[in-house]
Amino acid sequence: MTRTEPNRSSKSDSENSGGGGGGTTAMRVIVPLQGVVQGRGGLFLGSVIPCAFFYFLQFYLKRNRKNEPDSGEPSPDSDPSSGSPDPTRSQSVGNLTELASLPRSLSRILLSPRLSGGAVSVSGRAGCVIKGGDSPYHVGQKRVEEDPYDESGNPDGVIELGSAHNTKMDWVSEDPGEAISDGLCMSGIASYEPCHGLIELKTAVAGFMSEATKNSVSFDPTQLVLTSGAASAIEILSFCLADSGNAFLVPTPCSPGYDRDVKWRTGVDLIHVPCRSADNFNISMLVLDRAFYQAKKRGVRIRGVIISNPWNPTGTLLSRENLYALLDFARERNIHIISNEVFAGSVHDEGGEFVSMAEVVDTEENVDRERVHIIYDLSKDLSFPGLRTAAIYSFNESVLSASRKLTTLSPVSSPTQHLLISAISSPKFVQRFVKTNRERLMRVYAELVKALKELGIECTRSSGGFFCWVDMRGFMSSYSEKGEIELWNKLLNIGKINVIPGSCCHCIEPGWFRLCFSNLSERDVPVVMNRIRKVCETCKSQN
Amino acid sequence: MGLPLMINNDDNNNNKVELSRVAVSDTHGEDSPYFAGWKAYDENPYDESHNPSGVIQMGLAENQVSFDLLESYLEKKNPEGSLWESKGSCGFRENALFQDYHGLKTFRQAMASFMEKIRGGKARFDPDRIVLTAGATAANELLTFILANPNDALLVPTPYYPGFDRDLRWRTGVRIVPIHCDSSNHFQITPEALETAYETARDANIRVRGVLITNPSNPLGATVQKKALEDLLDFCVRKNIHLVSDEIYSGSVFHASEFTSVAEIVENIDDVSVKERVHIVYSLSKDLGLPGFRVGTIYSYNDNVVRTARRMSSFTLVSSQTQHMLASMLSDEEFTEKYIRINRERLRRRYETIVEGLKKEGVECLKGNAGLFCWMNLGFLLNTNTKEGELELWDVILKELKLNISPGSSCHCSEFGWFRVCFANMSEKTLKIALKRIHEFMDRRRKVLNC
Repeated sequence: MTRTEPNRSSKSDSENSGGGGGGTTAMRVIVPLQGVVQGRGGLFLGSVIPCAFFYFLQFYLKRNRKNEPDSGEPSPDSDPSSGSPDPTRSQSVGNLTELASLPRSLSRILLSPRLSGGAVSVSGRAGCVIKGGDSPYHVGQKRVEEDPYDESGNPDGVIELGSAHNTKMDWVSEDPGEAISDGLCMSGIASYEPCHGLIELKTAVAGFMSEATKNSVSFDPTQLVLTSGAASAIEILSFCLADSGNAFLVPTPCSPGYDRDVKWRTGVDLIHVPCRSADNFNISMLVLDRAFYQAKKRGVRIRGVIISNPWNPTGTLLSRENLYALLDFARERNIHIISNEVFAGSVHDEGGEFVSMAEVVDTEENVDRERVHIIYDLSKDLSFPGLRTAAIYSFNESVLSASRKLTTLSPVSSPTQHLLISAISSPKFVQRFVKTNRERLMRVYAELVKALKELGIECTRSSGGFFCWVDMRGFMSSYSEKGEIELWNKLLNIGKINVIPGSCCHCIEPGWFRLCFSNLSERDVPVVMNRIRKVCETCKSQN
Repeated sequence: MGLPLMINNDDNNNNKVELSRVAVSDTHGEDSPYFAGWKAYDENPYDESHNPSGVIQMGLAENQVSFDLLESYLEKKNPEGSLWESKGSCGFRENALFQDYHGLKTFRQAMASFMEKIRGGKARFDPDRIVLTAGATAANELLTFILANPNDALLVPTPYYPGFDRDLRWRTGVRIVPIHCDSSNHFQITPEALETAYETARDANIRVRGVLITNPSNPLGATVQKKALEDLLDFCVRKNIHLVSDEIYSGSVFHASEFTSVAEIVENIDDVSVKERVHIVYSLSKDLGLPGFRVGTIYSYNDNVVRTARRMSSFTLVSSQTQHMLASMLSDEEFTEKYIRINRERLRRRYETIVEGLKKEGVECLKGNAGLFCWMNLGFLLNTNTKEGELELWDVILKELKLNISPGSSCHCSEFGWFRVCFANMSEKTLKIALKRIHEFMDRRRKVLNC
């Protein structure tokens, strides 16, 4: 339609875009219409013009909807882990991995997805998940489920190095008698209890968080809201701090989970702020600033910055200076800071100092304290993933009030709360556990880094958390996202190890991989290295 | 040369940082009388020995009548009082480490078999269609996210559970359009009421995505008739929309034969395009009296919905400890059969106690056959037949009788003077005391009227 009427199209376009053109342009469109109405011009114009208008109206709506801050529509690009297409990286083609990136198409919402026949349709939010392909994050996870490695039972199985589990700490053997109370009785736990957590558990969690900062901060239990997992905690904060159509700035590489947790149901967008290997992936305030103003120019309202400390995936600890600079940045722009401190208790670098955002704002004015919100997750530091207990810590009473109400939708089960109370209230147990955990992580990390170096593979210095951020740029067939996915495939299918490719973490430079080592014992390291070596040799011979 | 306009808020360092609309809205509904009464109870709770003149909580639908059965079961299984089915490090490790959003297979199988048992085997449930959520509240919200876009609507028959205003609308941005039901036909849903609600939405340019019913109904305490369910399903097929049936009270029907689950109706249908629009919500909070455990499920006949719900349940997972703990209990045939039977019997007796007690005072209730509450008609006591009149009466009952009951207006009832009165969250003795207070109040009133 548009091809047959090129002149008219461009006029219509400028009409619709509200561009100049003014009267004469309008006249050129209106006069033929008058002709139609008056019987001149005939059927051809009579059908062409309305059709052209229709298509260009759609086009105009599409473009302008993108910029509208209060569109009220969730982003259609909602596959939890595929992430939004980064303009600096090519779209992944990945036939090998059956990836299917979602094109950003708002018509998906304007014309809602319909299944075949008279079948009933689901929402835009659900439709995107259904139609979108699986990201490496999910594909890898599935492979591990189907063929999990076991030292004796399945030595050729796929080794999971993707997800942040900490499976090697066995805290029953640490001190079962003392730690876990066997005296849990039904009557205390069956009834409705506050969804946001029992005060006894909050007190215990606050104590644990203080321990993680080596007691340089004292956390107030009444400022804690407990919920069933870090995903829920991040989502609740996203709902509280931003409206649909707003955005958060996120320095990348970042956690793959944010695409789901922050964006999926909230309609809030993430604007990635790339950090580079040349800067050791440190956050550049200049780049952050630029991203803020570019967003503003596009009409996107930034409501906050999301940081993680220790950083996921690099394992870096943010310095006091970094944190103060971020606070200044947030203050000047009057936005929030979400500090994801889920790995606070897993600092394994003896020389590293973890500084919580809470410590930084301790001496600040209320108006600044109220913009800081911390996420903590017991599952990470205590190897408790199944027990689903995470926390939001905020200085902002309105956020706490809204979050408390929102936890009715993601509460912590009461038997779990009672179990945790008895476990982590014992200071001796907590101290011993945290210390043992740190030492174990330190040993495995050291082994791993040494072994990787022998293979010619470097990683950034990780001081906390469970990840190694590994540089495998030298092994890619091409320096591109395609090359990275090909390498990831080889690691999964030939090496049979599941790692997370940097694209899932929105890293702007291809070739970096996130390797989780908390699942490994020192004995497992050589097994993993052999597998990586195999892949490296394959790559070298192919390249 | 004009002055630069001070329009940039970012430069104003004295501004308090803002929150979202969701955070500051009151769609959480906690300011309604439904929740306000709870606050009054919290401040002055009744206790048989320590605070006999305190507020008796009759606004909370919690089931404590069969608690002893649960306790004795657990004591038998684990004499030391531990809640761990398999003791020692092995059992614990499995629990702590498992975190898959599919949920423990044994637990899903146990849930499926429990749901079948409640329906007397009249419907089968496939464990792979069960998605676990941390409570029915989360299940309802999740389904709403999946089935409707912001500004779309769900049709919900009135009166309905006040929590729906929060669960279905708050974060989802979805609207509720009421299907008005009234006492002329015992508040049953009629095809005419359905059409009217649908037209109302259409006239307001709102797209209807589904109907959400509670069966047995909260707050009516009555089951939905089979014919009404069939008509409802027809309606949904004709309009090409979803049907969500919240069957959270299905195990609390006094006589098993009086309950028809939408699962039974779907059981005999082969047409996938009909089945695919049906979704059931269930929870152990009411039937088993375990609200604190936060165990809810979505059961859907639609593969896409199951898949999406499973992923979305990442935000609201049930702890593996809880799943493990309950898996063995729910698959114990002998225990579940006995529990369901005795629970029903006790609830029925409680219901009869309260209804007869109220009848003696000249107060009628809707004929109910399920649930943890009765739907009481105090219309004749209203000063004015308005919402204000009803709230005035509610306030009197709260302040003078110290009974917290739920006014019909908080349930969006189109008639005034109806109240939901819960009877299962207290001992028999406390229930009798509540009835005594009502008797004294009515006595005083009769004396005043006779003067």
